[in-house]
Amino acid sequence: MNETCRVSVERRGDIAIFWTDGYINNQGGEEIAREAYAELDRGARALVMNLEKTRIVNSIGISILIEVLEKVMERKAVLAFCGLTPTIDKTFRIMGLAQYAAIYPTEGEAIQAVGAPA
Amino acid sequence: MAQRGPVPSSPVTAGPPEVSLTIPVAPEMEIVATAQADALGEYMDMARDKIDEVKLALVEACINAFEHAHTEDNQVHITFRVGGRGGAGEWLEIEVRDRGHGFDTAGVEPPSPHKTFEERRRRGWGLHIIKSLMDEVQITSGEWGTRILMRKYR
Repeated sequence: MNETCRVSVERRGDIAIFWTDGYINNQGGEEIAREAYAELDRGARALVMNLEKTRIVNSIGISILIEVLEKVMERKAVLAFCGLTPTIDKTFRIMGLAQYAAIYPTEGEAIQAVGAPA
Repeated sequence: MAQRGPVPSSPVTAGPPEVSLTIPVAPEMEIVATAQADALGEYMDMARDKIDEVKLALVEACINAFEHAHTEDNQVHITFRVGGRGGAGEWLEIEVRDRGHGFDTAGVEPPSPHKTFEERRRRGWGLHIIKSLMDEVQITSGEWGTRILMRKYR
């Protein structure tokens, strides 16, 4: 079986928008990380991750997202999540991810927030 | 709650209806187990968000066994029970057992966001997440292996 999530990315100016579809475990997390690092290397200053088609992110997947967040912070960029199920939102808060990355209900709100001038 | 001792005995009297499943220690097999939790949760009309919490707790229990148990049989044994006062449907209980080396449940250092971010100790969240998402959790471990018994009320 192959439940690992699929990741697609679109660039809008200096914002990279990620859509995940499926289970985020170590493999899914690493796929997201590869794409995120590539976008940072291409100059993205904000990453928006829309997880509305993901229902489970395990603790290994979250630990990889935390590594991505640390890289984003090193690059003085920003990371925002949106479309989280209540369980994923709760788990992000338990593990502290929500303290360092913004969480928005919808993709539009996330894009508007990260795209707004500082 | 957490204790280290002899292998716990299973109930011998007629108990709630149960479904048993054995999965191999292999990538993504935890998702096979969540399909059963999903089906039982829907059967008992559990809210979708609660089913998701059960599924994540089950995933964490399975990957904990995959990563740490070093089982001789290379398997994780899972039993689902649906029960409650006056009939089925009040709670969903899941027992996850491995026949691995076991661990000192009292010696598990609690994780924290500070350790995760400031000390870069990102792993070790599994048991904490299970306890946060489920209503009741018992963890027993010994030389016979490890048993996580967790229950979610509808």
